[in-house]
Amino acid sequence: MKLADLIVEHPNLLFLLPRFGIALGFGDHNVAEVCRQYGISPACFLLICRVYSNDSFVPRHNDLNAVNMENLFSFLKTSHRYYLKTRIPHIERLLQEVVRSCHARYGDMLQRFFEDYKTEVIHHFDYEEKTVFPYIEQLIDNKHPNDFSIDEFKHNHSNVEDTLNDLMNIIIKYLPTDIDQENRIAISFAIIELSNDLNRHTLIENRVLIPYVELLENAWS
Amino acid sequence: MRTRIIICEGSPIVTAGLNAYFEDQQQIVVVANLDTPERLSERVLASDCDMLIIDPLLLGYSERDLPEKLKKNHPQLVILALVKTYIDPNLLVLYDGVIEINDTQQSVMAKLGEWKNQKNASNKNEDGNVDLSKRENDVLVAVAKGMTNKEISDRLNISIHTVISHRKNISKKTGIRSVSGLTVYALLNNLISESEVYK
Repeated sequence: MKLADLIVEHPNLLFLLPRFGIALGFGDHNVAEVCRQYGISPACFLLICRVYSNDSFVPRHNDLNAVNMENLFSFLKTSHRYYLKTRIPHIERLLQEVVRSCHARYGDMLQRFFEDYKTEVIHHFDYEEKTVFPYIEQLIDNKHPNDFSIDEFKHNHSNVEDTLNDLMNIIIKYLPTDIDQENRIAISFAIIELSNDLNRHTLIENRVLIPYVELLENAWS
Repeated sequence: MRTRIIICEGSPIVTAGLNAYFEDQQQIVVVANLDTPERLSERVLASDCDMLIIDPLLLGYSERDLPEKLKKNHPQLVILALVKTYIDPNLLVLYDGVIEINDTQQSVMAKLGEWKNQKNASNKNEDGNVDLSKRENDVLVAVAKGMTNKEISDRLNISIHTVISHRKNISKKTGIRSVSGLTVYALLNNLISESEVYK
């Protein structure tokens, strides 16, 4: 299948291409050709695309064989950077507009709220990159560290969308009506988009990363 | 009101067994026994049932997300997996709960009661009263001040369990879950002043 055809069918996947490092302008090459050009396993690419574009797709054990850990790590890390450097600042800029137009009392609390949110997200991603990913790398290297297991991650895997959803409720329902309607609507859409994306990102971690690592752990015991 | 149940199960022996469990239960009525998931959504709608007990293995590979689809159309429906053998846990998370082949009548009844209550609790407030009660306000203010559940329980002289249940209801009514979000809500509604929060 041509990569272009896949994208036309699932336009959401456009969000993913930069996170795989794939640049637009790939012409009429098929998925496997483009993947190979960028050093990505086509099977792993398709698995991630499938989970991302279909909420109800739960990969089975066989599907997980497609996982290429190097590709998956790089994808997840690039995604983290993308959220922190692009998407969240976008919402922050819109929020600044709202803050400027409202009473300092409201402005302050909105700003504090958003600062707290950013800290939460940074902490969430840091935990994954500094604790969870290195653990997995050691597993792949045939070392089994005893001080951690993916189960711990599974249970602590918090949801960074909750706070976003809170912000949305505050903006739609609870900020007084005389405050900047236009930017509030823009923020709401930006939040919906980001929250959808983060949801899918979490699906990739919960349905691909965690089950795959569980297989690795089982192979050990 | 009686709970209306549809059982969707391939084995006649298991179906008969489950029906025997429910036979002498006043509050339960089995409205249909199906041996295939064909046209399940229509059957659910037509029978106005509250609960579906189904063997996940009856659903083919392409239909395994059926529970999610059913819930979209019937948000009130409780969907339980009837599990007779090992089933991928990733699949079971799509269900509201699990009945196992070894469960006694007692444990099945206990589970049914629990799931029904959970579902009721989660739907109750949808259009209902959104104003917080006096007690919920107290808890909200305490949360916004950064107190822990234990501290709130001591201060208001209620059990931790009650604190948690108030917090759940507050979140359900306001749609806000995080402590920082609840703080903003409390400030916006003048339940608390900045000086009490940001020290």
